[in-house]
Amino acid sequence: MEEIANLFQGFAVALQPFNIMVMIVGIVLGVIIGVLPGLGGANGVAILLPLTFSMPPTSAIIMLSCIYWGALFGGAITSILFNIPGEPWSVATTFDGYPMAQQGKAGEALTAAFTSSFVGALFAVIMITLVAPLVASFALQFGPAEKFAVYFLAFCSFVGLSKEPPFKTIAAMMIGFALAAVGLDSITGQLRLTFGATELLNGFDFLIAVIGLFGIGEILLTMEEGLSFRGGTAKINLRVVLQTWKLLPAYWLTSLRSCVIGCWMGITPAGATPASFMSYGIAKRVAKNGNNFGKGEIEGVIAPETAAHAAGTAALLPMLSLGVPGSPTAAVLLGGLLIWGLQPGPMLFVEQKEFVWGLIASMYLGNLVGLVVVLTCVPIFAAILRVPFSIIAPLILVLCAIGAYSVHSSTFDVMLMLVFGVAGYLLKKCNYPLAPLVLAIVLGDKAEEAFRQSLLGSQGSLSIFFSNSLVSSIMILGLIALFWSAIQEGYSRLRTARA
Amino acid sequence: MATISSDNAGPTHKAVEVGITLLIALFGAIVIFGSVKAGINWGAEGPRAGFFPFYVGIFIVAASAINLRDALRDANGRLFAEWGQLRQVMSVVIPTAIYVGSMPFVGLYVASIIFIGWFMRWLGKYSWPIVLGVAFGMPIVTYFIFERWFLVPLPKGPIEEWLGL
Repeated sequence: MEEIANLFQGFAVALQPFNIMVMIVGIVLGVIIGVLPGLGGANGVAILLPLTFSMPPTSAIIMLSCIYWGALFGGAITSILFNIPGEPWSVATTFDGYPMAQQGKAGEALTAAFTSSFVGALFAVIMITLVAPLVASFALQFGPAEKFAVYFLAFCSFVGLSKEPPFKTIAAMMIGFALAAVGLDSITGQLRLTFGATELLNGFDFLIAVIGLFGIGEILLTMEEGLSFRGGTAKINLRVVLQTWKLLPAYWLTSLRSCVIGCWMGITPAGATPASFMSYGIAKRVAKNGNNFGKGEIEGVIAPETAAHAAGTAALLPMLSLGVPGSPTAAVLLGGLLIWGLQPGPMLFVEQKEFVWGLIASMYLGNLVGLVVVLTCVPIFAAILRVPFSIIAPLILVLCAIGAYSVHSSTFDVMLMLVFGVAGYLLKKCNYPLAPLVLAIVLGDKAEEAFRQSLLGSQGSLSIFFSNSLVSSIMILGLIALFWSAIQEGYSRLRTARA
Repeated sequence: MATISSDNAGPTHKAVEVGITLLIALFGAIVIFGSVKAGINWGAEGPRAGFFPFYVGIFIVAASAINLRDALRDANGRLFAEWGQLRQVMSVVIPTAIYVGSMPFVGLYVASIIFIGWFMRWLGKYSWPIVLGVAFGMPIVTYFIFERWFLVPLPKGPIEEWLGL
């Protein structure tokens, strides 16, 4: 019951007037970021990170995490009203959300989407409240070999679970590790892979990579498609909201299933996007009126939205308790912790109680504030999308440049951002996943350190990773995840062979 | 768009994908080369600096070899993008490169005003009052938010110095 007491202390922190103000600002900025093409959760948070350097860490993380919640809410608005997913995880929401809007039921669709998002997030936050302290106290016993095994598991899950070809995922991930290795080696203090360039002494900062890959890359993709926005108008009033809320309890089973899918996909670093597709797919197969999916079925909005928001929230569980972020946005938040001088990982729960529980309490409040903000302000946010792209695009590019510059006050970083942007455009078009690349840049140094320390202990023998039951079970889980798609394929071949 | 004549022409997906894969493999080879230079064996302090990135480089080259095989097998002749689409993309990349490259000399504000103005006038075809309003408005708002309220300094050039900002 210590957790409950800690949580109440967290609420006391989160309810301070300054923190509430920061929360509302974060949510509003987040929704705008979610609505705009080219700005997403990850790069939005990365661009605004420098603004928090002068804030106390707890307020800073509340603001940044609220931007993230806002972006999750915002993605639904553009999907339903304009058939344009503002975020990749809201693609599945367009399937039934946009047809509903065309039938004049935009209000119902939006209310269902926002409420489902809230339910998914709430489920995930409760899970974090209960599970995160346990995981953290368990992880306190980890030595370097176990730490490396956790990283191994996280990266193997990417290979096994992502929909991109496995060898492209491996290539993307290894590019990230290589970029992380550039510069000063933290163990021997030796320079490596700089080839004499002084700009590379400190290596590549992942914030620059995030802003370039996701921000600039996304703008270039949008330019190629030559987007023009056409969409319905949103009318939400209290009557529509209450009417829709009366319908929702009937879909409790869909919601619960989507919550569980979302939490699972969020903790393993598969992320919100596959979670939303998977949840939509299963709901379509299981539902009585599954054939109507795609023609404006409210259940087809509930399922992906619940799962996406649950996954986005659950991604913070491994970030807080293990120091392994479950999504690119969680990785940016983790980068924030390092900048504010906090060491992410299990010790956070021991040394920075106020910070951790303030953040967890702010997740409850932030999502509640978010629900109220989006339900009341939808028309304003929808109006942003009517601003033509030829005005929005240069403003976003300038914002990206400002964000990239202010990380280290370096104009070299801004040029690097553009290089990452073009690379992101090409990689994305060629079906290379960007999330593992970014996560590898963030975790590369830590994974390498854990790997080398383990090898030091074992005089270079890889058997250290199978030396006790804990580390070997994590490693075996990792190997199963790595070969997951091959296992599945083999299993289905076996079944067809038998049949 | 006036480029209807160039419809359905452009680089094939296969060609671009092969090129990207080869570039990634080259990157992997550079990583291997750099790691060998830093030392990939064991020293007095355990594995030396190049030990870990060496294997990372090997993985990149090996994965690229398989990706290259898959890319070459792709018999589907779909396009990577049409020339007109690529022209659209380049119409953003080139000005952004000039914008980014000029920033160390003229500062962020002047570069941003010109960049936004150019983009809106040339690609958006807006009237001058709107163009000037947004082009000057955005950097001014940025100045107050970043430099005044959150105390984050941004790069400045000779004009800001002359204005005494």
